[in-house]
Amino acid sequence: MRKYEKTGILSERDLQLPSEKQLEKGVAILECVQEIPCNPCVDSCPVHAISMKDINAPPVNDFERCIGCTKCVGVCPGLAIFVVKVKGRKAWVTLPYEFIPAPKAGDVVQALDRCGAVRGKAVVTKVVRQGKTLVVTIEIESGLAMDIRNIRV
Amino acid sequence: MRIRTHPIIDFQKRKKLSFCFQNKNLVGEEGDTIASALHAEGIRTLTKSLVYESPRGFFCGIGKCSSCLMRVNGIPNVRTCIAPLQEGILVETQEKLAQLPAAEFLGEPTKTLDVDVLVVGAGPAGLCAALESAQQNALVLLVDENQCVGGQLVKQTHKFFGSKQERAGVRGVDIAKELEFDLQRLQQEGKIQLMTDATVIGYYESKNKHRFGVVKRCDYQSTLYDVRCKAVILACGAMENMLLFPGNDLPGVYGAGAVQTLMNVYGVKPGNRVLMVGAGNVGLIVSYQLLQAGIAVDRVVEAAPIIGGYNVHAAKLRRCGVPICTSHSIQEVYGDEKVEGAVVVKLDENWKPVKGTEEDVPCDTICLAVGLTPSTRLLSQIGVDLEFVPEAGGYVALHDESMQTSVNGVYVAGDASGIEEASTAMIEGKIAGLAAAIQLGRSKRKRLLMQYREELCNLRAGPFGEKPRIAKEKIAKRAEAHHA
Repeated sequence: MRKYEKTGILSERDLQLPSEKQLEKGVAILECVQEIPCNPCVDSCPVHAISMKDINAPPVNDFERCIGCTKCVGVCPGLAIFVVKVKGRKAWVTLPYEFIPAPKAGDVVQALDRCGAVRGKAVVTKVVRQGKTLVVTIEIESGLAMDIRNIRV
Repeated sequence: MRIRTHPIIDFQKRKKLSFCFQNKNLVGEEGDTIASALHAEGIRTLTKSLVYESPRGFFCGIGKCSSCLMRVNGIPNVRTCIAPLQEGILVETQEKLAQLPAAEFLGEPTKTLDVDVLVVGAGPAGLCAALESAQQNALVLLVDENQCVGGQLVKQTHKFFGSKQERAGVRGVDIAKELEFDLQRLQQEGKIQLMTDATVIGYYESKNKHRFGVVKRCDYQSTLYDVRCKAVILACGAMENMLLFPGNDLPGVYGAGAVQTLMNVYGVKPGNRVLMVGAGNVGLIVSYQLLQAGIAVDRVVEAAPIIGGYNVHAAKLRRCGVPICTSHSIQEVYGDEKVEGAVVVKLDENWKPVKGTEEDVPCDTICLAVGLTPSTRLLSQIGVDLEFVPEAGGYVALHDESMQTSVNGVYVAGDASGIEEASTAMIEGKIAGLAAAIQLGRSKRKRLLMQYREELCNLRAGPFGEKPRIAKEKIAKRAEAHHA
């Protein structure tokens, strides 16, 4: 049994991770590790970086091809894709958000990790509406880039 | 108790409707059912237990259980969870067994309808079946108990999984709108007749054709229709499972689907603090939707040692700070006339409660997401071969690859044929609809039928498709054995 099957929380060990250099340009981290019948992320990718052996296989991202465009973030039905970019001491995480009130660029919000624990403050830098899903980019300190996966407005 | 702002649903301002409940004037909104209007006014007790006099409230929310039966305009046994609210009506609780009303039941004589295909249930399976049959030029009658079509899709505010063919990435509620749009087009072309707020009450003897009694309600009065058809597709869905524990009938203990109906269809909050029982996809998804409606979820308890639903659903709940406690169950619910809290307990590896691990959880709402049971009463009355298949959720009709049961011209689709997802229900509906049209000589598209079957196989190929895969294999094997 894997730990996440009990807790619901993925760890970095469960994920396909990019290199530091790839993180610098910003790439999509696919936090979707189980075999579930779903493939909209593959269709959404304009550069064909995301692939799948068959509809049940977990998606794989070719970080070299990925341009971090965030299209897949608002498409994923599981809200399980995050674009992470790290530059020096700062990092930007783009995440899907489906709560009210809606955040606006410039807002200071709480930054939450995969357990929902508040780990610090974040500044909202961009909000794009994809249907009813908001695709929100936040700026945080680089050390938290692989931990912060939610916000509280 | 009204939800006015929501991240996914636009609750439009609706006309106010006043009505009378136990000599009190209350106000509901257009589009409400009687029960949702009562709930919004803070009335949670709808009936009383026939034996114990204990109060009962909203449980299934889709017209399948009996915990909301009330007297409306003098008519007893009205299922208030699906009966539309109207201006000026008189709603009363009934004394245990209903008294016969003074008013006459059937104001109009029986009407007769003759169609090619009768489809029972306008959820994802039934809608797709009706659309498919009608597109193949069969004359279809589609019957549903609710005010609107879409079945459980109308409360699914999350985006669906699957591939483009199954409308992946589209929210269930929007899929319902797309299907309804197609339905309206075929209605205008005269290929489908739709009857909502109507119940198929029985199957009757007839030469050559299948014959059903259908009751259409209007102003809580009923008209009986005598429907004859060459083929029938039963897509009657499923019913939420109950769990045994003291206090399980207190108002405030709901099926997870009922909570979804209340908040996502009628915009009414079920309560303020919820304990969710069950970490399958339904429990996880409804918990998340509760948070979206601004309702606190204390925790999710799951008796199994692992989370049954998709990790992506569990993960999005966890990152909002909601704990998921595996190997934990609910021991009892307490409260005076309504839920005030629950006791949860840890389970050992034999699923037995561990003494000393009891924990008190104050809450006003308990949501049961502990599986579903196929609705097979009509199938049983028709006399099709039914068998108990645990992986399918209970008794199911044996059926072949074309979804045809042991009775010629009687088809089944969706949850009624074994519990699964809406995406597979839609394909099963298409298969049944097309197979019925082929059987009636309206279509020759056997290749399309093969294509649908292949799509279904692909969706079930992964580890999460194992249970339905086993269920369907058992059903096919037993159907063959019966046939031989």
